[in-house]
Amino acid sequence: MIGAGPAGLCATIAARDMGAHVTLVDSQDRPGGQLVKQTHKFFGSRGQFAGKRGIDIARLLAERIENDPLVEIMLDATVVGFYDDGALGIEKNDALTFLKPERVVCATGASERMLAFPNNDLPGVYGAGAVQTLMNVYGVRPGKAVLMVGAGNIGLIVSYQLMQAGVDVVAVVEAMPQVGGYDVHARKIQRAGVPILTSHTVKAVHGTQVVEGATIWSLDGSFRPIPGTERYFEVDTVCLAVGLTPLSDLLWQAGCKMAYVPELGGHVALRNEDYETSRPGLFVAGDLAGIEEASSAMIEGTIAGLSAAWSLGYSAADCELRLAAARAQLEALRRGPKREKVRSGIDELMQLGREAGIVA
Amino acid sequence: MHSKPENAGVIGIPADVRMIPDVSRRARGPVVVIECFEEIPCDPCHDACRRGAIRPFDDICHLPEVDFDKCNGCGACIPVCPGLAVFVVDESWKEDRAIVRLPYEFVPLPGPGDIVTGLDRNGRKRCEARVIKVEKAKRHDRTPVVWIEVPKPLSMDVRHIRAGGKAVG
Repeated sequence: MIGAGPAGLCATIAARDMGAHVTLVDSQDRPGGQLVKQTHKFFGSRGQFAGKRGIDIARLLAERIENDPLVEIMLDATVVGFYDDGALGIEKNDALTFLKPERVVCATGASERMLAFPNNDLPGVYGAGAVQTLMNVYGVRPGKAVLMVGAGNIGLIVSYQLMQAGVDVVAVVEAMPQVGGYDVHARKIQRAGVPILTSHTVKAVHGTQVVEGATIWSLDGSFRPIPGTERYFEVDTVCLAVGLTPLSDLLWQAGCKMAYVPELGGHVALRNEDYETSRPGLFVAGDLAGIEEASSAMIEGTIAGLSAAWSLGYSAADCELRLAAARAQLEALRRGPKREKVRSGIDELMQLGREAGIVA
Repeated sequence: MHSKPENAGVIGIPADVRMIPDVSRRARGPVVVIECFEEIPCDPCHDACRRGAIRPFDDICHLPEVDFDKCNGCGACIPVCPGLAVFVVDESWKEDRAIVRLPYEFVPLPGPGDIVTGLDRNGRKRCEARVIKVEKAKRHDRTPVVWIEVPKPLSMDVRHIRAGGKAVG
């Protein structure tokens, strides 16, 4: 299992439950992936820890595989190579070791997108993930006054967490004409006094050594900036929450058939309903399989873990029931108007998979 | 410093929703107000309700449906809502004052007797409000519920507070 985030942890638990030996590798010093900084309560149903905070879900999942004779956990270890013969190169403590598993579940997650504007390299311009890590993992405030760029769920949630940390969120700007994140997340920050400015973006950030201010402007219906609408804010931090893209390097190395599906965040692997890619024995799960949320990542991990162990000949009495339940939960999570984009992306991916003979 | 811009659109309650208790129900005593107007996959409010007032979800994406005759305003659903979208309003509290119970995840946490600023859905200051009670049991899981007393005409407008510490906004 590559990656100990929500998908990798659930894949590990599922494969272990089937009786498989699992090595779980993660580049961080603790399991949980992005969950370790998600201090908010999750949506979903009870089966996916609804109402629980991400930080607590990370702990609950990790506890299920601690001191398990079937599970070896390698932390501070980075998978840096996927070789033709199926061997993985793993860097740990400046040394390279190799592992040749019979099955691989790749759940490396995603990286944040950058935005082009003058001075976007000034200290004080952060990705939302870094801001969350500073605040919620290390207890460090990133600044005193923040301009948030992006009103998807991450931008809204991180704005809320900034306010909880006592940081002034001056405004949230969003290029789209509507808020992308959930309405309830938007309402939480709006009633606390944070304006959400749709059809707006950053024009430039100002400062010599560090960020001292930012100028925003309005966008017309074709996303062209409207001169004369500039507004300046005195901020020391500009936080970018403008989307994620799957961290697919290992999949390219492994020779997986890839497709560019914008609705899923960029290049994703063609895969079948068991989340197995065009390379037999290599499964994907979580944001790497298509950008969604932690709730769906956990279920995808479960499906990939069960399927990987099943394909090795392991079985458990409740295996088919669990698999069917997971598929049904995933289907339910993807309903609703805000998930339409994801649904159409998956439809496209499945169609491409059928054309390539990967999906039956 | 700068002054903050206004929100692009004014935030209110959609006109067509059925989940908001009407005037006569609110006058009878504490009752839940669920401000959840978008279909997202989420149902902990139903699990939290021991009186069966929040009906079972046929589809996890459906909006919550409340039987306001069964709801006694106990507030068990307030801290479990991940969207912090559940409130309890009690317009029977006093002749001219109502109680609004709201989830509040900020520090410093006010205490009973404190005077705080009541804010509406747009973050605008609407009144001074007296804190009546603060619930923060283990079951709240770090989402304290603050009871504030507001002028009765504002019971359906005040949805947040600003309490001590650094002023935001």
